Amino acid sequence: MAEIVGLREAVAEIVADGDSVAFEGFTHLIPFAAAHEVIRQKKKDLTLIRMTPDLVYDQMIGAGCARKLVFSWGGNPGVGSLHRFRDAVEKGWPKPLEIEEHSHAGMANRYVAGASNLPFAVLRGYVGTDLPKVTETIAPITCPFTGEELMAVPALTPDVAVVHAQQADRKGNVAMWGITGIQKEAVFSAKRSIVTVEEVVDEFEPRPFQTILPSVALDAVSVVPNGAYPSYAHDYYPRDNAFYEAWDPVGRDRDGFESWIERHVLGVEDFAEHLESIRAEGMVKQ
Amino acid sequence: MSGNGYTADEMMSVAASRELRDGVVCFVGIGLPSEAANLARATHAPECSLIYESGTIGAKPEVLPLSIGDGELAENADSVVSVPEIFNYWLQAGRVDVGFLGAAQIDKFANINTTVIGEYDEPKVRLPGAGGAPEIAASAKEVIVMLRQSPRAFVEKLSFITSVGYADGGDARGKLGYPGSGPSVVITDFGVLRPDPETKELTLVGLHPGATIEAAKEATGWNLKVSDALETTAEPEERELRVLRELKERTEAARKAG
Repeated sequence: MAEIVGLREAVAEIVADGDSVAFEGFTHLIPFAAAHEVIRQKKKDLTLIRMTPDLVYDQMIGAGCARKLVFSWGGNPGVGSLHRFRDAVEKGWPKPLEIEEHSHAGMANRYVAGASNLPFAVLRGYVGTDLPKVTETIAPITCPFTGEELMAVPALTPDVAVVHAQQADRKGNVAMWGITGIQKEAVFSAKRSIVTVEEVVDEFEPRPFQTILPSVALDAVSVVPNGAYPSYAHDYYPRDNAFYEAWDPVGRDRDGFESWIERHVLGVEDFAEHLESIRAEGMVKQ
Repeated sequence: MSGNGYTADEMMSVAASRELRDGVVCFVGIGLPSEAANLARATHAPECSLIYESGTIGAKPEVLPLSIGDGELAENADSVVSVPEIFNYWLQAGRVDVGFLGAAQIDKFANINTTVIGEYDEPKVRLPGAGGAPEIAASAKEVIVMLRQSPRAFVEKLSFITSVGYADGGDARGKLGYPGSGPSVVITDFGVLRPDPETKELTLVGLHPGATIEAAKEATGWNLKVSDALETTAEPEERELRVLRELKERTEAARKAG
């Protein structure tokens, strides 16, 4: 059963140094507030797992939380590079970052295997690419029934999955809708989970393409309004594309980045203060 | 801007959009492919079903998405499904007719690099990586590739093969066991390249108005072969240009409004 608790308490209890953690949300519902709490609590040596590292991992990598990154597409969508990610891979700053890279299909199937308590997943892919040469977690396998050659990838079983959703009810059941990406698989593949939500409601309404994560499958639910900003929460607020563009110059420069993290993440109490703080500097346009 | 009142990029988008037949199921990459696919949907291919890897099927964006998972894509979609479902039930299961991809680098056999420039362990440039591209290139029935032509992009040897076109050429792709038949066309800002039926080497088969063979060759890092039956791309029609520009203006306005 999920407990409805404060985010600070949830992160302190559930995320430990050295853990493997998956913060998922495919462009939509990216759990920024939870990531900032991890940065504020100075968690370290984390293995960060995520299909699209996005700004959320650019910030965590630059802040020195990560030892390793497991991913499939590391860019600032529609804008360009993730400069903190690149600096870590290319120059080892602020510390060397081990990488394990897959394709989206590979990552998606790895989560499905983890959620299903199977040791590996099978897919038709990777053959002829250079990915198997650089990624040890891709290996050929022969179908025992047809003899077809396929590729196997091991299950992802993160210590912790962190996702954001629109609503929870008072029992800690969680409702998300719109693009729900890989979040359900991430939660079910993980040993422990934290869900942040926009609000708590008495009863869920029917919504198109709604996914419910039952309370019994979760550990902690924390209420953080706007907790996915600058990504979006369908029916709550839009993606702040201007912030994604404004991140580019911040992320490019080590000093500028460190100062930004100090002012807007380490130097604030919580995500509400973070939003006030970036708004005061004109970084929030909406 | 050429003397005819359109840019090379506009010509490229229009030429790429014309490759998309009406009624097909198209798996769309972000950026230039998304622009061309939505131009096609707004002109000659209203019934094409656009799939984005975030899980939207039959997406009908009014403005171009900045990311692959913008809310705009889910808003009027026929369905929104999970990421495993998109890759397993749609792409791997052979339900995608056309994969529409961009690239950082391409070689003469239409293999694509979006991973690194230089050595993998000590990259000169770390690119975003694979995303959905390897399996789109593998399993879409055919693939349309779209990128600007330059010696840095069209290279003799890729630093890294992220997604397979025709591997080493000839029948090499067939031996990999993929259901898709590979890239059928590469559209650039200079013209149109198609694989030779036998060798699978990309061959210049069309030039956009105003482009020259010499310029196209100079923008290619290998000795680009030119078809004997070289065609000239039809200029953008007034409607194509108008729809493309309106799409981009709406997109720009929506971004400014934030």
